[in-house]
Amino acid sequence: MAKIKGAVKIDQQRCKGCDLCVVACPTDVLKLQPKEVNDRGYHFAFTAQPDNCIGCASCAMVCPDACFTVYKISIADNN
Amino acid sequence: MNSEEIINNGTLVYSRPRLLNERNTHYCPGCSHGVVHRILAELLEEMGLEDKAVGVAPVGCAVFAYNYIDVDWIEAAHGRAPAVATAVSRLNPENVVFTYQGDGDLAAIGTAETIHAANRGENIVIIFINNAIYGMTGGQMAPTTLLGQKTATTPYGRKADINGFPIKMSDLLAQLDGTCYVTRQAVHTPAAVRKAKKALRHAFENAMAKRGTSVVEIVSTCNSGWKLTPAQSNEWMVANMFDKYPLGDLKDI
Repeated sequence: MAKIKGAVKIDQQRCKGCDLCVVACPTDVLKLQPKEVNDRGYHFAFTAQPDNCIGCASCAMVCPDACFTVYKISIADNN
Repeated sequence: MNSEEIINNGTLVYSRPRLLNERNTHYCPGCSHGVVHRILAELLEEMGLEDKAVGVAPVGCAVFAYNYIDVDWIEAAHGRAPAVATAVSRLNPENVVFTYQGDGDLAAIGTAETIHAANRGENIVIIFINNAIYGMTGGQMAPTTLLGQKTATTPYGRKADINGFPIKMSDLLAQLDGTCYVTRQAVHTPAAVRKAKKALRHAFENAMAKRGTSVVEIVSTCNSGWKLTPAQSNEWMVANMFDKYPLGDLKDI
C-alpha cells in the first residue's frame, strides 16, 4: 500500500503562538518554541517531528492566522 | 524523504487563501475571528464572489474586518449592519451581501435591526459570532453571557434575577418567516471548521438564489475575555456553551 507523507511550511513571523495547531495535530508534529520568539514577541510554532506529518491539514484548519501551507505525497511502500 | 523534498515534489493540500491579504490581524492569539475570516476568504474565493460580495463590518472586535479580506466592505454604525446590508442588497441586487457581527452588535444594540431585517426576508447572509462576552471593550457581560459566567461586570457570575437570561438569538430568528436558513456552528476542531464552512457556503448559495435571510451563528471563544488559554477556552466552550447553544441546523427550507 502506498504511504502518505506530508510536510508543512509555517509562516513563523505571522504565528501568534496560540497553541491551537499543537493541540489539533493528530501525530504530534508541531510544538511551540520554548524560548525563541519571532519579531512580534510570540513563541511561534515549529515542526518538532517533521517525519510524523501525514499532510492532514488539521493544523491549517484551526489556525486563526492562516500560517500554514500543507503538502503531501504518496510514496510506494517497498516492504 | 525529508520535508523539503515533499514540498518540492508533493501536491499542495492547503495554502493561505488569496483573498486574505498580507496584513497581520489585530486579534488576540487563538481568537475564533481569525478562523472565521479565513474560511470566509476561502469560500468567497472558491465561489468566485470576489467581485460580487459586499461585506458589512460591525462594531466590536471585528470592526477592522475590512482590512483583512479583499472584497468590498462597508462599516456600519453599532448594530446597524443588517439595515445597511438591506440597503446595499436592495439597491444592488446583483451583489451578494453579508454582515459579520458579534454578539454585542447583533444581540444587544442591533436586536431591532437584526430581527426586522430577518423578518423582512432580506437576501443577505448574517454571520453571527457568539462568544458570550464583549471582547473589545474588556470582557463585560453580553446578552449571550451564560448564567454563572464571570465577566468584568458580573464578577460573581451572571445572575438571572439581576441580569436576566442569556438570549438565544438564532432560535429567535428561526421563528421568523423571513429566514430560510438558520444554523449554529463552531470552529474549535478541524471537523467543526469544515462543517462551518459548508454551512457558510449554503448560506451564500441562499443569498445568491434570493431565498431569504440566512443566519450562521458561530459559537466562538474569547480567550482574553474568558481569562483562559486558547486551548483551555475551546474546552470551556465545549463543556459550557454547547449546553445552552447546541450546534446544528435550526431551520433549512
